[in-house]
Amino acid sequence: MSIFIDRKTKVLVQGITGRDGAFHTKKMLEYGTKIVGGITPGKGGETMHDVPVFNTVADAVKATGADATVIYVPAAFCADAIYEAADAGIKFIVAITEGVPALDMVECVPYVKSKGARLLGPNCPGLITPGQCNIGILPGRICTPGNVGLVSRSGTLTYEAVDALTRAGLGQSTCVGIGGDPVNGTSFLDCLAAFEADPDTHAVVMIGEIGGSDEEAAAKFIQARMTKPVVGFIAGQTAPPGKRMGHAGAIISGGAGTAADKIKALGEAGVPVARIPSEIAVLMGKALSAAR
Amino acid sequence: MNLHEFQGKEIFSRFGIPVPEGRVARTATEAGAHAAALGGAVVVKAQVHSGGRGKAGGVKLAKDAAEAEAKARAILGMDIKGHRVDQVLITPATDIAREIYLGIVLDRVARKPVIMASAAGGIDIEEVAVTAPEKIVKFHLDAKGTFRPWMARWVAFQIEKDPKAAAQVAAILEKLVKVYWECDCSLAEINPLVVTPEGKVLAIDAKVVLDDNGLVRHKEFEALRDGESDAERLAREKGLSFIPLEGSIGCVVNGAGLAMATMDLVKHFGAEPANFLDIGGSSNPDKVVAAMTIITADPNVKAILFNIFGGITRCDDVAKGIVSALETKPVSLPIVVRLTGTNEEEGRAILAQAKGITPAATMDEAAQKVIAMAKGGAA
Repeated sequence: MSIFIDRKTKVLVQGITGRDGAFHTKKMLEYGTKIVGGITPGKGGETMHDVPVFNTVADAVKATGADATVIYVPAAFCADAIYEAADAGIKFIVAITEGVPALDMVECVPYVKSKGARLLGPNCPGLITPGQCNIGILPGRICTPGNVGLVSRSGTLTYEAVDALTRAGLGQSTCVGIGGDPVNGTSFLDCLAAFEADPDTHAVVMIGEIGGSDEEAAAKFIQARMTKPVVGFIAGQTAPPGKRMGHAGAIISGGAGTAADKIKALGEAGVPVARIPSEIAVLMGKALSAAR
Repeated sequence: MNLHEFQGKEIFSRFGIPVPEGRVARTATEAGAHAAALGGAVVVKAQVHSGGRGKAGGVKLAKDAAEAEAKARAILGMDIKGHRVDQVLITPATDIAREIYLGIVLDRVARKPVIMASAAGGIDIEEVAVTAPEKIVKFHLDAKGTFRPWMARWVAFQIEKDPKAAAQVAAILEKLVKVYWECDCSLAEINPLVVTPEGKVLAIDAKVVLDDNGLVRHKEFEALRDGESDAERLAREKGLSFIPLEGSIGCVVNGAGLAMATMDLVKHFGAEPANFLDIGGSSNPDKVVAAMTIITADPNVKAILFNIFGGITRCDDVAKGIVSALETKPVSLPIVVRLTGTNEEEGRAILAQAKGITPAATMDEAAQKVIAMAKGGAA
């Protein structure tokens, strides 16, 4: 078991002939992900790494029966690519693209929901169910199958945590990067609820950062609804207020959204919070042995 | 991207929101001439990317041109929360009966923009928001083009009792909503929106923040950018996220979360980061060269820390960038490099041929080594 994706997931790649799309299609195929088709308008009929390319998502779905898609198109076209996937009946849409205008997502996120589909991202690294399916840009070889779920707003910080978990002998059920934008498709809450319901996930790592209040909402959810142990980490303790720290959503505005507030909220919910990334795996090891 | 008041008012005016006439001056003499041309009493307003201008003494009333010149002389060059005032706006003084607040901002919890309106406008609105939140009317926006005239009236009649003035407020709000969507704003705010004793409604201030991600379809706004340092400009042109800080450890990292965690780690081990710098995904060697240029230009930097965990970023690209930067401009500062992830073997092989680079296997080790080297000790 796992959340959102498994070995049966059939995946399309939108923007498969671009630099990033082509590179990561190769990596995903090497990992064993079932990439059944790609989309680049005007290049239908061609192939990329032996994967058939289609002009539209609708064509690709008809020909392959795909149930998920991953998007690598430029920011200005990302919302359109998401709408196209949702309208073609795709139920799981992963948008890797960075720099998508926030107002595009204000309209797009509810639309995807209205179609009964899930959007992950944008501006996210994707997700991986180790040993089964890797969608996005996460380096698969650092992951190993197991029972720790991971959800994070950051990409590379996720790699850091996963790598440490693997080295500590703690495999992962699914690792999800929800992305660093202020308006995104899948939240901490969505992932925590899915992990709580997944019998193969025994504990969860949650990696947050400054900006917004999703971590505080997650802390309340953990306290009220979760039976599985959760270990946290919050990036940005040294971030100055009023500055956007790389991610569009990572900004302390009007004194709200500080790392200190989030660490406090998690602490009050009984979540051990790592001070530095290398402590995450240590705290998880302790949480798992205490739960046994 | 933050806009100045006069830039925000230009946009408002283009969308039909009534604003008083205004002229920008960069010298006191010019300010005096503008005041003379406008005639009568004027307000001299600092144009600077910071809130609290009035409380900092950056907004002054002047009864005539001579006084406007004197006030401008005092305000120009003033430091407001770390920003130097380089220009002032000269605008006719307005008689005020009431001050209204109208703003639209992205509500991150609701994941949609929210209109905030209050009859208690003016410089204490932030305090009102905390102490008397019931005085602020809220209305969420679902999508572009869905804000109907009745919604604008619904908001307006709650904050303005005079029907004629309320109708004007409603019309202004409809236009402000258009500004918000069409310009890809993250904030569009009028504080105060004044009602004059004659019952005319007028936006006498403007605060507009554009969504940086929205600029991709608004090339016309690029010309409005100012106040950037050389380093900030280079970073933006090369697609790097860069925030200068006060410490001595220069940080080059891929990914925003890891970059923040790296800064936090430097602090954890007893030093201060000199910057936040995210070279982003899909990095090519050019970006790394630019990052080195930016960091070595900061005289406070005593040592440089590279923390790279490759995913979409390829380690060989980063290694090529480091080597190429050192070839064009040798650096005497200690450099500690932690390189792992996509194409790490290729990356490490490239770095092994370069001189003066200290490798590290983990980010803890890298942070501790770079701090020791910055202090002049051996790694």
